[in-house]
Amino acid sequence: MKKKKFLSLALAAVMVMGCLAGCGNDSSPSDESGSGSGGETTSAFKIGGTGPLTSDAAIYGNAAQRGAQIAVDEVNAMGGIQFELNYQDDAHDPEKATNAYGKLMDWGMQLSLGSVTSKPAEATSVLNYEDRIFALTPSASSPATTEGKDNVFQLCFTDSGQGAKSAEYISEKGLGAKIAVIWKNDDVYSKGLYDTFMAEAEKRGLNVVSDTTFNDGNKTDFSVQLGEAQSSGADLVFLPMYYDVAALILSQASTMGYSPKWFGVDGMDGILSVDGFDTSLAEGVMLLTPFNADDEDEKTKAFVAKYQELYGETPNQFAADAYDCIYAYKQALEAAGCTPDMSSEELCDAMIKQFTTMTFHGLTSDESGMTWDETGTVSKSPKGMVIQNGVYVGLD
Amino acid sequence: MTFLNYLISGISLGSVYAIIALGYTMVYGIAKMLNFAHGDVIMVGSYICFYAVTSFELPPLVGVIISVILCTVLGIVIERLAYKPLRQAPSLAVLITAIGVSYFLQNAALLLWSSNIKMFPSFFKFADENGELQSGVTLAGGQLNISYVTIVTIVSCIIIMVALTWFTGKTKMGKAMRAVSEDKGAAQLMGINVNATISLTFAIGSGLAAVAGVLLCSAYPTLVPTTGSMPGIKAFTAAVFGGIGSIPGALLGGLLLGVIQIFTQAYISQQLADAVVFAVLIIVLLGKPAGLLGKQIREKV
Amino acid sequence: MKKLNHVSRRNFLTYALVLLAYAVLQFLSVQGSLSYSLTGMLVPICVYVVMAISLNLTVGVLGELSLGHAGFMSVGAFMGTAAAMLLENAIPSDPLRLAVSMVIGAAFAALAGVIIGIPVLRLNGDYLAIVTLAFGEIIKTIFNNLYLAVDSNGLHVSLLGNIQGLDTDAREIIGGPMGIGSISRISSFTAGIILVLLTLMVVFNLVNSRAGRAIMAIRDNSIAAESVGINITKYKMMAFVTSAALAGAAGTLFAMNYSTITANKFDFNTSILVLVFVVLGGLGNMQGSIIAAAALTILPEALREFADYRMLVYAIVLILVMLVTNNPTIRMFLDQVRVRLIGRKKKEDFNDAV
Repeated sequence: MKKKKFLSLALAAVMVMGCLAGCGNDSSPSDESGSGSGGETTSAFKIGGTGPLTSDAAIYGNAAQRGAQIAVDEVNAMGGIQFELNYQDDAHDPEKATNAYGKLMDWGMQLSLGSVTSKPAEATSVLNYEDRIFALTPSASSPATTEGKDNVFQLCFTDSGQGAKSAEYISEKGLGAKIAVIWKNDDVYSKGLYDTFMAEAEKRGLNVVSDTTFNDGNKTDFSVQLGEAQSSGADLVFLPMYYDVAALILSQASTMGYSPKWFGVDGMDGILSVDGFDTSLAEGVMLLTPFNADDEDEKTKAFVAKYQELYGETPNQFAADAYDCIYAYKQALEAAGCTPDMSSEELCDAMIKQFTTMTFHGLTSDESGMTWDETGTVSKSPKGMVIQNGVYVGLD
Repeated sequence: MTFLNYLISGISLGSVYAIIALGYTMVYGIAKMLNFAHGDVIMVGSYICFYAVTSFELPPLVGVIISVILCTVLGIVIERLAYKPLRQAPSLAVLITAIGVSYFLQNAALLLWSSNIKMFPSFFKFADENGELQSGVTLAGGQLNISYVTIVTIVSCIIIMVALTWFTGKTKMGKAMRAVSEDKGAAQLMGINVNATISLTFAIGSGLAAVAGVLLCSAYPTLVPTTGSMPGIKAFTAAVFGGIGSIPGALLGGLLLGVIQIFTQAYISQQLADAVVFAVLIIVLLGKPAGLLGKQIREKV
Repeated sequence: MKKLNHVSRRNFLTYALVLLAYAVLQFLSVQGSLSYSLTGMLVPICVYVVMAISLNLTVGVLGELSLGHAGFMSVGAFMGTAAAMLLENAIPSDPLRLAVSMVIGAAFAALAGVIIGIPVLRLNGDYLAIVTLAFGEIIKTIFNNLYLAVDSNGLHVSLLGNIQGLDTDAREIIGGPMGIGSISRISSFTAGIILVLLTLMVVFNLVNSRAGRAIMAIRDNSIAAESVGINITKYKMMAFVTSAALAGAAGTLFAMNYSTITANKFDFNTSILVLVFVVLGGLGNMQGSIIAAAALTILPEALREFADYRMLVYAIVLILVMLVTNNPTIRMFLDQVRVRLIGRKKKEDFNDAV
């Protein structure tokens, strides 16, 4: 009982501390808006986003945050429209994403970058819709993110679009006679791609001979999945997953002496820049991706150089998507003649009008640019890439 | 042949679990504490070895030794700062502190080494008769494939198991450890320095973690700040499976867990693999409540 | 008799604490001085408070370490939410539908508690802990592979794969790894507080009843308890299943606060999180659980100022709190402070050790 009493006291102390910190937070936005009315803060649009900056999905959130930050710094340096960026950690969890969103609202977010990953984005996009805060998510690809919400837009392909495109591509180019699929059974992204790929494959009469899965609890050993693919004679393996696991699968297949054609998705992008990855393992990997860090195009080269200079890594697709989001906002805001003193509702209406009518050219689009329809889905053409000698080469 | 191949995969996965489980069981056996930070010490060990070999270009063996030394130091520091002040506290308090340490290590790793994955270099490649580097031996005309990592892991497991059994059974310090594990108070009265003994246990456990980390990442080479957590839980399960506190039990539990997991994936269901593994664990514990090789202690009135 | 009075006074104080917190927060909320983020956290705080109290029943009162409490939360979340979606037309009133689905969620979780309790409660100590962990993982795997849809032909359930041959008007409810999507968010702070009060009532009544004393007797010495004729299995089950049911209700409340849930949310880490609340608040101390759950749910949010260092600071705070609360010197000092303030040492202090 001594201890209990004491613990209660100690906890009360912690909680008071917590509340004080909380109150401190509460007062800061009002401070900012107070001082802002006289000075600099009103001249900048407040853009907020949530993403996994910690947890095992941190790799995607950090990339998006950095990509967006580079774009914001560039835009601010140009003069003209000014941005203030605030990325909050959601640890790849809808609950924490909701909390992070609340934090951004207290900060005074006017425009949103949604969430980086799909499930948190489903949770925050509902709030975006209710609070009339326009959202453009760089990378949350599940269709549920935008469904039924007029002010939530995606800059990436949807899972359904991409899964079907992959099957179409394989079938049209006649890439594989016998196809194996390895997908991740507890992941929204992978499951979405798998479902649409399988549906389209059936429609096109592709011969899927092996269908195997894994999940978080056993994503280390793929001998069974690869063994099944190999013994069923698959000459093409479709990998709807992110590159961290794909890297492991490629290296295990090489140990096993299994070398089919590999077909990846946009999540595969980034595999070449993994520290210590033997790029010869990825030789011949095909993937549909909107972004190519080795592109010769000026914009891409400048972005990649900047990213490497600041963070010592090659940017992946998430960084490029987030970078594009900021520039898309810049273009839309300029075209609509918006100013930072407008309310978020006014901005929201203006943005819906702009995004459904404009064409945007960015790192992740080709010469014809990208457009959006009213549902918030982007239309841009994926680039078919194949890895040769450690670099991407266009497939067509 | 496929059956044998799966068996080999199971053993190779199991041997990795086993070597992690040895560390768990060691600390549990002596300090009676579930050290949930063990998996994260493994991760730290892997990173240290990774940087020693790639950034400082040291030979792999030197990298492993540096990793063992630094992890031992880390283990001692953690023990001194976070666990030692709680020697008299209820065991759950120590459990929570261990979880705190686990969060700390993961997040420190995230800040220090970033979230980007690192591919761990493969140390275990040897030239075959044609002078080509091979990562494993192939038998039966190329149908069977045993990687060197598996062989090294199993051999290390057995060496460590024998060494630990010898150490706790024959040496003075080892006997002190067993005395402490039986009864701290009585051991103290016999003139054993209980604190030093427990610290030593942690030092050994953490040193083992470094070895386990290097072997884990050699077999499954992606390295991220959360690399240690899932294998940590699996290895903990393996340790309980074999009878936690029992050194041969950790080896047996680890191997069985790995084989069951692979066989479940191969012959029952990949989607339910985890569920089946845990269900087997439950059934075993119902039949043998102290694990396969655990000591059954009768409670006295 | 005197002791009973003391116990009921303490329980009364706990109810008062909850009601006071509710009144203050509601007042602030009506006034509009509650920040957006804090408003959004009110429901999860209630959920974690209920989770902590219910786990405290297993760990503190029954004395068995459970590492799979999130599994029951998950059963409640999935079953309760599915029920709410199916009852959307039958019960148009949101609060009523929430209440009904919480009852259904609790009932399924209780059922899971019975199924799991039978094998689990035969074991002891760390072995029991690992088996609860195993069950938690099994439940997670099952929900990751469970598909549930409804169409004009009725309800369709499938394990492992998408449901085939549905009508065009079909509505998918549980989509395997996709979890449940587009949930109508009908949870409210008031519902949360009511659940907290109900939980307290259930737990206090159980603990202070004949059954509760039997449960604590089993915790303190099961052999002695058995020798005086206490049916160990029955009372262990009673505590375990009650705890599971309450966690199930909390799970339903939790799920209905977000537009989407997945099975992976209710993993080992969530179980551990709740265990941290219980240990920090003090075993068997419900008041402590409430405060610990609320404080530790707010803490990571309050630490957002630290940006990248947030979770690192959280870990350090967690370790420090454990060290400080278990430090004999500080504890003695605080005891003295209390003696000076209250003027006497309570007798209960000695016989109610953790």
